[in-house]
Amino acid sequence: MLRRHLLAVFSLLVVLSLSGCGYNDLQTQDEQIKAGWSEVLNQYQRRADLVPNLVNVVKGYAAHEKDVLTQVTNARAQVGQIKITPELANDPKALQNFQAAQGQLGSALSRLLVVSENYPQLKADGLFRDLQAQLEGTENRITVARNRYIQSVQVFNTTVRKFPSNLTAKMFGMAVKPNFSVENEKEISKPPTVNFDSKPAQ
Amino acid sequence: MLRLGRLAPYLTAWLLGMLLIASAHAEVAVPPLNARVIDLTQTLTPQQQQAIERNLAELEQLKGAQIAVLLVPSTAPETIEQYARRVLDVWKLGRKGIDDGALLLIAKDDRTLRIETQYGLEGVIPDAIAKRIIAEDITPLFKRGDYYGGIEVGVLRMSRLVQGEPLPPPREKSLSWASAQDFFPALLFGIFVLGGFLRMLFGQLLGAGIASAVIGGLLWFLMGTLTFAVIGAVIAFVFVLMGGGSGGGGMGGWSSHGGGNWGGGGGGGFSGGGGMGGGGGASGRW
Repeated sequence: MLRRHLLAVFSLLVVLSLSGCGYNDLQTQDEQIKAGWSEVLNQYQRRADLVPNLVNVVKGYAAHEKDVLTQVTNARAQVGQIKITPELANDPKALQNFQAAQGQLGSALSRLLVVSENYPQLKADGLFRDLQAQLEGTENRITVARNRYIQSVQVFNTTVRKFPSNLTAKMFGMAVKPNFSVENEKEISKPPTVNFDSKPAQ
Repeated sequence: MLRLGRLAPYLTAWLLGMLLIASAHAEVAVPPLNARVIDLTQTLTPQQQQAIERNLAELEQLKGAQIAVLLVPSTAPETIEQYARRVLDVWKLGRKGIDDGALLLIAKDDRTLRIETQYGLEGVIPDAIAKRIIAEDITPLFKRGDYYGGIEVGVLRMSRLVQGEPLPPPREKSLSWASAQDFFPALLFGIFVLGGFLRMLFGQLLGAGIASAVIGGLLWFLMGTLTFAVIGAVIAFVFVLMGGGSGGGGMGGWSSHGGGNWGGGGGGGFSGGGGMGGGGGASGRW
């Protein structure tokens, strides 16, 4: 009788420890990260899809702004060259390249919008305004998606490093994942230089 | 004593630093959601608030979509986009799974406003349309100081768009199953109790067989995966055979809280339905 009770208690303990060792947490959080990463890619793709239309509209009014237009087109091509796979998120180097390319496209696009300020007719164009609104919305969605991804990676990494779930993570070969960083870390850690020379800023 | 004295300046510096960090992070709090129109700037009269509120309530009755209006003095230090997302993450406007919610947020002193949509309304109120509502309908009135007019026309445009969309009909409270993990402990105890009874009635082998069949069938029905059901059945069989359930007695009084909860609170006041979003919408200035 005693042995039976002991057996029952023991099996209960085994079941409980399975959920206590963090295995389920790790799996849930890993899936969360995957979903988050897909959303990030999804939104970046959406932005890339907007670029050709935007370039075409701007070209119609400001064809001689060749510099900016080619910059955007090139950056868009660069983004297109990166092979997007779910595994990208696990490779720090690939993630960095991906980020750099997307960052370049982002800054080229914002330059394009700055330039377009000089063309009142372009600004009044209905299609351009719609595209601009879509671009703004997409940029915001990218920010939200990245933010959520960063948070879910943080949660996962914490679980991977904390005791006792770190033992489980090690057992199943789950390592800390790389996270997004600011694209131009060096640039923004420098104080901005304000120049009152007559030369116009570029 | 001496050591503590030497430490004191460091301690104060540390405390000051923490305070500074805390104050630097002081963001505008998300107000509790108790009405469809929340005005923290005292811009609208109670009658005006009620009028807009009635329109929005009508829309929810008709289509199930939840739209809310929030007026705050300022969203600093955050941008209006960040604050709008944070508000919606807390409020969860829109029905769960349909995500048909939207927020019209106005930061009066910043002179900025934003229409933020949840996932389900991103197709009805795309960014470009939201931008047009802001630029063509709302801001011209805001520029003249007619806040009520601007909000009213904005809400009207939004609800017109929603009404043109075939959303799932508003439904009664529905039963939502909690995740499998939630009723796992309940299941375990179920095996204990059930196993004990069956063993008393049918004997060890037959009792274990019946228990495993019941558990397996139940799992299959609930989760829809056969592997889970088979594993559960085997566990139940072994459990009962080895005498997991100790005679069935002494287990009374334990009530299961698993098994799923029944719908969200539908009582008085107003609450979000559990919708989600990812930063859709548009912002503007006036």
